[in-house]
Amino acid sequence: MSVLLLAEITDGQLNADATGKALAAVASLGEVHILCAGANVGDAAAEAAKLGAAKVLKAEDAALDHRLAEATADLIVSLADGYSHIAAPATTDAKNILPRAAALLDVMVISDVSAIKDADTFERPVYAGNAVQTVRSGDAKKVFTVRTSSFDAAAPSGEAEIEDVSAPAASGLSEWVEDKVAESDRPELTSAGIVVSGGRGVGSEENFAMIEKLADKLGAAVGASRAAVDSGYAPNDWQVGQTGKVVAPDLYIAVGISGAIQHLAGMKDSKVIVAINKDEEAPIFQVADYGLVGDLFEIVPELTDKL
Amino acid sequence: MKVLVPVKRVIDYNVKVRVKADGSGVDLANVKMSMNPFDEIAVEEAIRLKEAGKADEVVAVSIGVKQSQETLRTALAMGADRAILVVAADDVHTDIEPLAVAKILKGVIDEEQPGLVLCGKQAIDNDMNATGQMLAALLGWSQATFASKLELEGDSATVTREVDGGLQTIKVRMPAIVSVDLRLNEPRYASLPNIMKAKKKPLDEKTPADFGVDVAPRLEIVGTEEPAARQAGIVVGSVDELVEKLKETGAVK
Ligand SMILES: Cc1cc2nc3c(=O)[nH]c(=O)nc-3n(C[C@H](O)[C@H](O)[C@H](O)COP(=O)(O)OP(=O)(O)OC[C@H]3O[C@@H](n4cnc5c(N)ncnc54)[C@H](O)[C@@H]3O)c2cc1C
Ligand SMILES: Nc1ncnc2c1ncn2[C@@H]1O[C@H](COP(=O)(O)O)[C@@H](O)[C@H]1O
Repeated sequence: MSVLLLAEITDGQLNADATGKALAAVASLGEVHILCAGANVGDAAAEAAKLGAAKVLKAEDAALDHRLAEATADLIVSLADGYSHIAAPATTDAKNILPRAAALLDVMVISDVSAIKDADTFERPVYAGNAVQTVRSGDAKKVFTVRTSSFDAAAPSGEAEIEDVSAPAASGLSEWVEDKVAESDRPELTSAGIVVSGGRGVGSEENFAMIEKLADKLGAAVGASRAAVDSGYAPNDWQVGQTGKVVAPDLYIAVGISGAIQHLAGMKDSKVIVAINKDEEAPIFQVADYGLVGDLFEIVPELTDKL
Repeated sequence: MKVLVPVKRVIDYNVKVRVKADGSGVDLANVKMSMNPFDEIAVEEAIRLKEAGKADEVVAVSIGVKQSQETLRTALAMGADRAILVVAADDVHTDIEPLAVAKILKGVIDEEQPGLVLCGKQAIDNDMNATGQMLAALLGWSQATFASKLELEGDSATVTREVDGGLQTIKVRMPAIVSVDLRLNEPRYASLPNIMKAKKKPLDEKTPADFGVDVAPRLEIVGTEEPAARQAGIVVGSVDELVEKLKETGAVK
């Protein structure tokens, strides 16, 4: 049995954290080949070769630029023959691509796998993490995405051979127009050791600076609730939750967040949870290790000072 | 142009989910069910396209138990023109997998020939986030997932997508599958007169066999359990105490 693992690559850069965690998740299934796909993936492939896989497949082609779903799914299908499992970290890119590849192979995709029991049996959260389902796939090939917050990456090891593979002809179905990506020196949300998140209680985009200041003091990433994003206090890529990012840092500080089940779905596996909220009845306190009831506008500056 | 909107009947997002003690699944008997919230956004977008003169008919489709009629009536009350119910299960606990749903939707699309399909990004019960992508694959159509902005011009659509790094804009050739994200729009509430009118709008019933689709699951559900509960925490009295606790546990230095 062998596994084809789609590496997470954005604009030529390997996301070693997500790819490494997915690699650790699938390692027990057999020999792993990491697929690096994109217009310019030389550096990413060289880096991926050090993660500990048996082989790296390098698919460098203009048709794969920005990893549009149509082209990338076609590539995966063209390589699928030798593999029992096809996997990827559960990023927005992979969630865009893998179900398409699975349907082309006439197999059911298994999204957000949080544990692998054996070659056919997988665990995944459903109902916003209110239940954990164990499913056994009867499909000839298993195609799945891996919830990276549930796995620890192994230490990088070895130097895998890099093999060039070619991409199928472009379909021309879609084209990339632009990316709007905020540059930040902060750690990436899904791999950060500490996350400070703000909710509707923060009140405005300007006030969010207070959350960012606390985060910077701690070397933390910044997150947000859906309400904060919907209200324009924070960008969409900060949303933590059932339908945003799933994080499990060593420390999660929730500020002015009520703790709706959809938010908890994205952070309740954090090691230590701190909640700051003026409403002592707020459900966030039910998952918090340390709760502090009070006005965030007093507490956050004081906390930033004293840390 | 015709717009097709697949809508799923799911447990209401406000309901506290209860896992059945025998591990067979989540208790859905006598529980409030609603339209999947993402699908409300998709219906809203389709109606807005119609109101803007960019679409001339909105067709809602649901696959599941007979009771999914209610979900379709909600779509009709919001402003969809007609509905198609594909009765694929008797038990409210039977969830039809995205691959089977996509195959049925392909059958519907072969008959209806829409120019655009607007679906939700994710069903909040199975949290699969797969149906739109699978449908696009089966049809050989372009796909634009997680849409927060949609503009149609001629035979293409420009879609802004919510992705991990921020926002990405792509241009897809029509016909296309677009899956919608939370910030595309705010769905309207159906007014009472529109709810009454919706009762008279056409609702066709079909079965998976009409489309030659086998809905047998590919994934056998071996068990469903409650997630591990967190240990109860404490309420601290001051910022000083919080800082002290965090240092004690090593959470901060
Ligand atoms: C389909 C769907 C998907 C969703 N996905 C997500 C998701 O991925 N992530 C997510 O977060 N949500 C998601 N939601 C939304 C979720 O249901 C909640 O509406 C949302 O999480 C609420 O955000 P909030 O806690 O910031 O706001 P609120 O619930 O309004 O809470 C604000 C909190 O701030 C406190 N507060 C106010 N002022 C102060 C002050 N001065 N000092 C201290 N505390 C103060 C209040 O006491 C309150 O508890 C989703 C909902 C749906 C329907
Ligand atoms: N049984 C169904 N009936 C109608 N539409 C569905 C059904 N299942 C999924 N969908 C559509 O596909 C989207 C994504 O669902 P999923 O892939 O299950 O997360 C939903 O938001 C719906 O638009």
